[in-house]
Amino acid sequence: MTYELIVVGGGPAGLAAALAAREKGLTKILIIERDRELGGILNQCIHNGFGLHYFKEELTGPEYAGRFIKMLGGTGIEVMCDTMVLQVTRDKQVHCINPERGYQILEAKSIVLAMGCRERTRGAISIPGTRPAGVLTAGAAQRYVNIEGHMVGKRVVILGSGDIGLIMARRMTLEGAKVLACVEVMPYSGGLQRNIVQCLEDFDIPLYLSHTIIDIRGKNRVEGVTIAKVGPDRKPIKGSEIDFDCDTVLLSVGLIPENELTRNAGIELDPKTNGVAVWENMETSTPGVFASGNVVHVHDLVDYVTGESKLAGVAAAEYVKQGERSRKNAITVKEGKDVGFIVPLYIHREAMDAEIFFRVRRIFDKSVITVKDGDKVLAQLKRAHMAPGEMERVKLSRRLLDAVEGNEITVYAEEVDE
Amino acid sequence: MIDLICITCPRGCHLKVDEENGYAVSGNACPRGEVYGYNEVTNPKRVVTSTVRTSSREYPRCPVKTNGAIPKEKMFEAMALLDGITLETPIEEGEVVIENLFETGIDFVTCKAIN
Repeated sequence: MTYELIVVGGGPAGLAAALAAREKGLTKILIIERDRELGGILNQCIHNGFGLHYFKEELTGPEYAGRFIKMLGGTGIEVMCDTMVLQVTRDKQVHCINPERGYQILEAKSIVLAMGCRERTRGAISIPGTRPAGVLTAGAAQRYVNIEGHMVGKRVVILGSGDIGLIMARRMTLEGAKVLACVEVMPYSGGLQRNIVQCLEDFDIPLYLSHTIIDIRGKNRVEGVTIAKVGPDRKPIKGSEIDFDCDTVLLSVGLIPENELTRNAGIELDPKTNGVAVWENMETSTPGVFASGNVVHVHDLVDYVTGESKLAGVAAAEYVKQGERSRKNAITVKEGKDVGFIVPLYIHREAMDAEIFFRVRRIFDKSVITVKDGDKVLAQLKRAHMAPGEMERVKLSRRLLDAVEGNEITVYAEEVDE
Repeated sequence: MIDLICITCPRGCHLKVDEENGYAVSGNACPRGEVYGYNEVTNPKRVVTSTVRTSSREYPRCPVKTNGAIPKEKMFEAMALLDGITLETPIEEGEVVIENLFETGIDFVTCKAIN
């Protein structure tokens, strides 16, 4: 049997895509999940703050996931947990393996890639020092503490001020550990402002900006770390060292979209994000294969993952029912100065509208976002404040897209005086 | 004037609270920000989330939350109350784990169904 849609990954992206495709009339849908249950990383994100945009209420991660899992009931959407996808091919075969059915090759008319992302590890950032136990990624620690019920340490230094690191600073503190410091190499935090307030300031945990760990000590277990201030070149400054006695180092140093399947399928990736290069309807370079969520770019808010994934599901249904969209005369989206990356990279000429996501490279005060077609200004939006930790969104209506004469539009971020 | 960052949602509005003017809040993009700004300088409150032990071998912890914000200085006390509890499966989402914390009318409730 051929599925109309196979969704790879049963986290928030995969769930929303499958449900949206079902709503648009697809009936033979399969979600494949490698964990024992649906919900993805939301299951270990027990803190609140999810769903304010999408459900207009404040939920914890498990509650947010639970809502979508409940919505599956009665839809006929099939779910295969404990199943690892090994390969996705260009002709839309999905090779997967699980303990019950062994190796299977499934056929699909369309595919949504929703594998999410994974954490950068110590190896990825090359921290000097010995190799003792007690150096974990923040997400691994989160899983140990929140799902398996094991404390991972008593005296903790956190490297990186991404949201997971901040959330774990609070979580470890509430569970009785002493978090000695949160150390960030950049001059600003990569996390949301609200998390700086409620996870660090609430518990008097110092945040060392423009600092990094230059040494990890300990034979069997971490015994201490040394941090140092870094210059604008991010190199440590001699004489600025501070020692901490700690037994645990948590790393919150970035997330990387998990795209082995995508790469092996010969689907285009965006080297700037390591994510899947997509069109405005979340279609990849291979027609009929779509991608959404953190496998495309790392989001701050699951609410936005849900929104984007619904687009992918709707587009998959459209592809199955109506066939391929024309790629003639496509509009390419480029980043201007101080814009780090852009999603999507391409817009179908006949698209009804297009939402553009991007991150700025540095902190901006009062500023404007300008979308230009050559020298012509298409749209201008004011912002009181922009930061790399906070994703920006610009919606281009059909009318604006109609006004595009060239084959390329560019998004600029500029500070304004006043 | 007290400068605050609203933590109600990820937007993180930069609030100003005028303590000489009845704690008037400005800089908020929605009414929740006004409530947060006022509370934060008069009686700061937080939602506490944690886990409790379960009788399940596969799912040894069940996530819980306070179903409203409790006084900030009570966070650690609230955490300690969870220590001795073991929930028997099956667990429904929204089950009350501890009722009426510190006479606030707020309960610890489960956030996940576990069979």
